Amino acid sequence: MGKVSMTVNGKAVSADVEPRTLLVEFIREHLRLTGTHVGCDTTQCGACTVHVDGQAMKSCTMLAVQAEGADIVTIEGLAKDGKLHPMQAAFKEHHGLQCGFCTPGMVMAGIDIRRRHPKADEKTVRHELEGNICRCTGYHNIVKAIMNAEV
Amino acid sequence: MYQFEYHKASSVEDAMKKLASADDGKILAGGMTLLPTMKQRLASPSDLIDLSGIAALKGIKVDGKTVTIGAMTTHWEVHSSKDVQKAIPALSDLAGQIGDPMVRHRGTIGGSIANSDPSADYPAAVIGLGATIKTNKRDIAADDYFKGLFETALADDELIVSVSFPIPKRAAYQKFPQPASRYAMVGVMVAETDSGIRVGVTGAGPCAFRVPAMEKALGAKFAAESVANITIPSDGLNSDIHGSAEYRAHLVGVMAKRAVAAA
Ligand SMILES: Cc1cc2nc3c(=O)[nH]c(=O)nc-3n(C[C@H](O)[C@H](O)[C@H](O)COP(=O)(O)OP(=O)(O)OC[C@H]3O[C@@H](n4cnc5c(N)ncnc54)[C@H](O)[C@@H]3O)c2cc1C
Ligand code: FES
Ligand code: FES
Repeated sequence: MGKVSMTVNGKAVSADVEPRTLLVEFIREHLRLTGTHVGCDTTQCGACTVHVDGQAMKSCTMLAVQAEGADIVTIEGLAKDGKLHPMQAAFKEHHGLQCGFCTPGMVMAGIDIRRRHPKADEKTVRHELEGNICRCTGYHNIVKAIMNAEV
Repeated sequence: MYQFEYHKASSVEDAMKKLASADDGKILAGGMTLLPTMKQRLASPSDLIDLSGIAALKGIKVDGKTVTIGAMTTHWEVHSSKDVQKAIPALSDLAGQIGDPMVRHRGTIGGSIANSDPSADYPAAVIGLGATIKTNKRDIAADDYFKGLFETALADDELIVSVSFPIPKRAAYQKFPQPASRYAMVGVMVAETDSGIRVGVTGAGPCAFRVPAMEKALGAKFAAESVANITIPSDGLNSDIHGSAEYRAHLVGVMAKRAVAAA
């Protein structure tokens, strides 16, 4: 066991973890922030996407100890004062979700896409979404939401 | 994942010392290959030595004739670098096609080249552009580096420090992605370099390789039609549920033609 410290959604947190504890396990099981999901064992689905120092990453394929000192934002950290983040609002407006399992990862990836491509067109959004799998929606409304979010 | 000890190295020397004193230690770079393998319990190192704290392994330098990329530079950093886009646009383009954005934010050039997955993209650039792999011990020429399936010239106590790419006169990379994983079914880098034409192929064989017949034909005339009639023997090429060896052999020709047209 070793001590790991980081900032999650603006709050300093620390805990004793095994080196093999994944960042997503730390977030879900130690911090009880269960909005970040686990959808696969192979780093392919993107349900676990969080922001690490401002960049989207798959928290199922990072050790908690690799995030030592990092600034992490999860889906729980987006809404401010009871008001949805513009990307969340866009998913709601464009009906970018059905069962909602992929949604936290899609929203976190969507924010990252628009950060890097402020005026992303449909082709860019579809290419950039290659690491996020949705079994319900067929992607059309997710793409629409990401393109049209007022971020 | 089995239990292991985690160490963060402060320098290349420190990393090598920690690796030497571990039972069955492994270097950890971006973890985009190593951690999934450990999660599936296909690898069970006793110790992981994390290179992410070593500043000397990061960054991109361009001097007149070469682009040198530190081993710990991420795929995203290579893809988005203005210097790389200007000097070797084909290399920036290749890095932008690896996996997905989250993988590109963590995966590194050193990890990709050390791993030498038969379907990885960077090996096509290493071979196609005639790069030099710089390790803590020596410089290894691209043509001497890839040895076979997941096998390279790297010794157990050797670490990639950087990769130097000579700036070509022109080059292009074309990839036929396996639709689920995005790895290359076949990828071809074609380059006109100061020392002649080079054609680097990934995805088709156990490791990246050159195609001398295409290089010769393109040397005589740099046009897609020059490679149109050159067929690659399918003997020894990869065959799996995604495509037969014959299919991959055919794809080499198609991707080479596209790369020449795009260069
Ligand atoms: C969903 C997904 C899709 C992907 N798609 C693609 C794709 O389309 N194309 C592609 O090319 N790759 C793809 N990859 C692989 C990705 O590019 C990896 O980042 C890369 O292969 C390994 O780099 P890493 O930095 O993550 O290395 P790690 O996983 O940390 O290490 C890989 C191996 O290299 C060794 N190593 C690492 N750094 C060094 C060094 N400096 N010196 C010596 N040894 C070292 C490690 O010990 C380990 O054995 C994909 C990965 C995932 C998870
Ligand atoms: S749970 Fe992380 S990619 Fe699927
Ligand atoms: S909404 Fe169900 S998986 Fe995407």
